[in-house]
Amino acid sequence: MTFLSYLVSGLSLGSIYAIIALGYTMVYGIAKMLNFAHGDVIMIGGYMSFVATAHMGWPPLASVLLAMLVCTVLGVLIEQLAYKPLRTAPSLAVLITAIGVSYFLQNAALLIWSSNPKSFTSVVLLPSLKLFDGQLTISSFALVTILACVAIIIGLTFIISKTKIGKAMRAVSEDKEAAQLMGINVNQTISVTFAIGSALAAIAGVLLCSAYPILSPTTGAMPGIKAFTAAVFGGIGSIPGAFWGGLLLGLIEIFGKAYISTQLSDAIVFSILILVLLVRPTGLMGRKISEKV
Amino acid sequence: MKMTKPGQKRLISNAITYAIVIVAYVLIQILDGSGNLTSSLRGQLVPICAYIVMAVSLNLTVGVLGELSLGHAGFMSLGAFSGVIVSLGLRDTVSAGPLRLLAALLVGAVIAGLFGFIVGVPALRLRGDYLAIVTLAFGEIIKNVINTLYVGIGPDGLRISMSDQASLGLGESGTVIMRGPMGAVGVDKLASFGAGVILVLITLAIVLNLVHSRSGRAIMAVRDNRIAAESVGISITRYKLTAFIISAALAGAAGALYALNYSTVVARKFDFNTSILVLVFVVLGGIGNIRGSIIAAAVLTVLPELLRAFNDYRMLAYAVILILVMLTSNNDRLKQLRWRIRSYFQHSSRRQEAEHE
Repeated sequence: MTFLSYLVSGLSLGSIYAIIALGYTMVYGIAKMLNFAHGDVIMIGGYMSFVATAHMGWPPLASVLLAMLVCTVLGVLIEQLAYKPLRTAPSLAVLITAIGVSYFLQNAALLIWSSNPKSFTSVVLLPSLKLFDGQLTISSFALVTILACVAIIIGLTFIISKTKIGKAMRAVSEDKEAAQLMGINVNQTISVTFAIGSALAAIAGVLLCSAYPILSPTTGAMPGIKAFTAAVFGGIGSIPGAFWGGLLLGLIEIFGKAYISTQLSDAIVFSILILVLLVRPTGLMGRKISEKV
Repeated sequence: MKMTKPGQKRLISNAITYAIVIVAYVLIQILDGSGNLTSSLRGQLVPICAYIVMAVSLNLTVGVLGELSLGHAGFMSLGAFSGVIVSLGLRDTVSAGPLRLLAALLVGAVIAGLFGFIVGVPALRLRGDYLAIVTLAFGEIIKNVINTLYVGIGPDGLRISMSDQASLGLGESGTVIMRGPMGAVGVDKLASFGAGVILVLITLAIVLNLVHSRSGRAIMAVRDNRIAAESVGISITRYKLTAFIISAALAGAAGALYALNYSTVVARKFDFNTSILVLVFVVLGGIGNIRGSIIAAAVLTVLPELLRAFNDYRMLAYAVILILVMLTSNNDRLKQLRWRIRSYFQHSSRRQEAEHE
């Protein structure tokens, strides 16, 4: 039974990682950049929900919508101001700019909300589920995260495979110039990708803060790095890869904590990542790149 | 005007780099002697040297070898803690501070270099962002493991434990060096600005000589075109590893220097953010440009101090400056303008030469 409850909490944590990793992987697939500011967008999402519920007394669901709205606008704004002028610049220049944006968001949050951690009240207020005569308790929060993640992945797959904008995204990620020649508005497609990624970050932020109810300006940093790892784990640029990578990372972390060592859980997660990359150098579902001479 | 040979030009360029460091050292000594140095700035002198060594060594990986590393602070951490253990371990046998510092730097470099080899062998098979993520993962693992280590010195030698201080079993006579998440406490402050500058000069000598040697040219050939380099018989793994290990070893020495400047050192100090900070020095100084790394590391370490006037807004100002520098230095129009100005001056100097003849 304890195994099952670990499994559920692993899946729940993994779902949060997966939602964040989706944002990383989509942006990477289309703009070919590592958006290191993504973790801080999560933090902003958390703060927005906190402000809406604690200060303005909004219902939890409305606070999630507000967080999504703010993060979407923020994501598009960051893309327009900081990344768009660097479309033709070397990738390291874009990486450093993303780091600059990350510092900016963290320090802006520090000025607005100070470094004192805020205690976040969970947005999920349903009673927990008891199974097998009360031997196994599944929190409603875990169920909500897992369901949210599944809903998001189904929705995203639908958008990408069936809609016009999804087709444009696939075309831009395949070949930017050819897509432009076919009449696709590349800039607009990239903006939409950032918008979707940032909205997902907002959801992830609210879920993350509900799971670990302490909110500070650096809240997003470590989950951001872990989700980035998850995206690479699954093969960066691949949407199913981000999903499975996130879930696996969550499971490894929880089982590592439960059965091996609490203190070394990060070391275990990252060691497994290295091992996977040694066996499959482009991640679990990454595309093999053949080289032309 | 006399034409300079490429070899001479390189010699002059290298000499300028060394001269900058020495002149800066002399200037700061004069300022310090006349009491014009604020105490917060004086406290930054050794960290600046450590960060310069970090930036120059990372530039070897990023600029010369052409591979992105996000875990350079991991090597710094290894050097820092092995340096601290050595310096405290020798406390009873070697009384001279500089000798213990030298031993700490050497051991720090060797240990970090060894781990550079262990990480490099598997990691350098990967490329691009995947290599970057392995170095990131490695840095996090080191931070995490060091955070759980308890190390002490007893009468019979070094004792290491991963659970708690009591399990070291040191008794009365032993000293505890590392206390898990509390880090190393009671470190002797052996590092000095002079030692830091010497380490910077040694680093420069190693890196500049490597870059202009046969191995250096082979490393750059691997960077520019891996397949072409392999087809003319350059052993890719060997040269990549050489550069990576030297880079790691130098970072280890920098870590030892850094740690021996404080009385307490914690593993959290050498996290992902530190790796990124050093990467920022390298990119802003110019990738592959050693002199640029030195200047960027020094200026950017002091910058938050200089921005003190902005008070709470200083890190925000730092972020904005970082973004603006990246945006302007990569702006196509500004690049064209700079190119035009440069070509104008070159034309005019050539015209003068023609007139002389």
